[in-house]
Amino acid sequence: MAITVKFFASLREQVGMDTASRPCRGGMTPADLWRDVVADRPLPGNVLVAVNMDYAAPDQPLKDGDEVAFFPPVTGGAA
Amino acid sequence: MTVVVTAESFEPWEVLRAHEQSLAQRAKVGACAVFVGSMRDFNEGDAVHGMVLEHYPGMTERHLARIVAEAKARWTLEDVLVVHRTGELLPSDPIVLVAVWSGHRREAFEACRHVMEDLKSKAPFWKKERLETGVRWVEHNTPGQ
Repeated sequence: MAITVKFFASLREQVGMDTASRPCRGGMTPADLWRDVVADRPLPGNVLVAVNMDYAAPDQPLKDGDEVAFFPPVTGGAA
Repeated sequence: MTVVVTAESFEPWEVLRAHEQSLAQRAKVGACAVFVGSMRDFNEGDAVHGMVLEHYPGMTERHLARIVAEAKARWTLEDVLVVHRTGELLPSDPIVLVAVWSGHRREAFEACRHVMEDLKSKAPFWKKERLETGVRWVEHNTPGQ
């Protein structure tokens, strides 16, 4: 098992990948995961984090098998 | 309650007619409030020729269902229908339909607006616009209230 990472929208284009996978370390958080996967810059303050499809804080502890998503502010709906 | 996320274009008034006919407790409905959002051909001073709506499959449906369930817990509603497009859209294409059926207009109006505003702030959709000069991601929503 490992942690699956997903990127969406403009963030996906900026980091140049849509998915990644990393082994889970004890006490690992989404912010740690970001540093593992996107080595060249810190987690931007306006990036939203979801763990297993629920919004989550960047410092929430992760567990093996989690799906973590990073994405920009959402812009659905209309008008 | 019904939530549909679709990459196919839809005709909101036909969807509404079909859904109305399927309402189980039609005689209890005294009010139906409907919001239909469609694609504009302008944004932030620029002509927009088309748009791609990206979403997070799974999380989108989960959050739309949760938003509708919260509205049903807060107001007395007979039914709620939400349809949201994804994929490639052209100006005037319908993007979103929110319809709420209730015994009274206050619940219908309030719940319809609440579902729409909640959807805009929580459901994981992103718009990428096609302009004369190239493409750009929409960075933030216009305020609705």
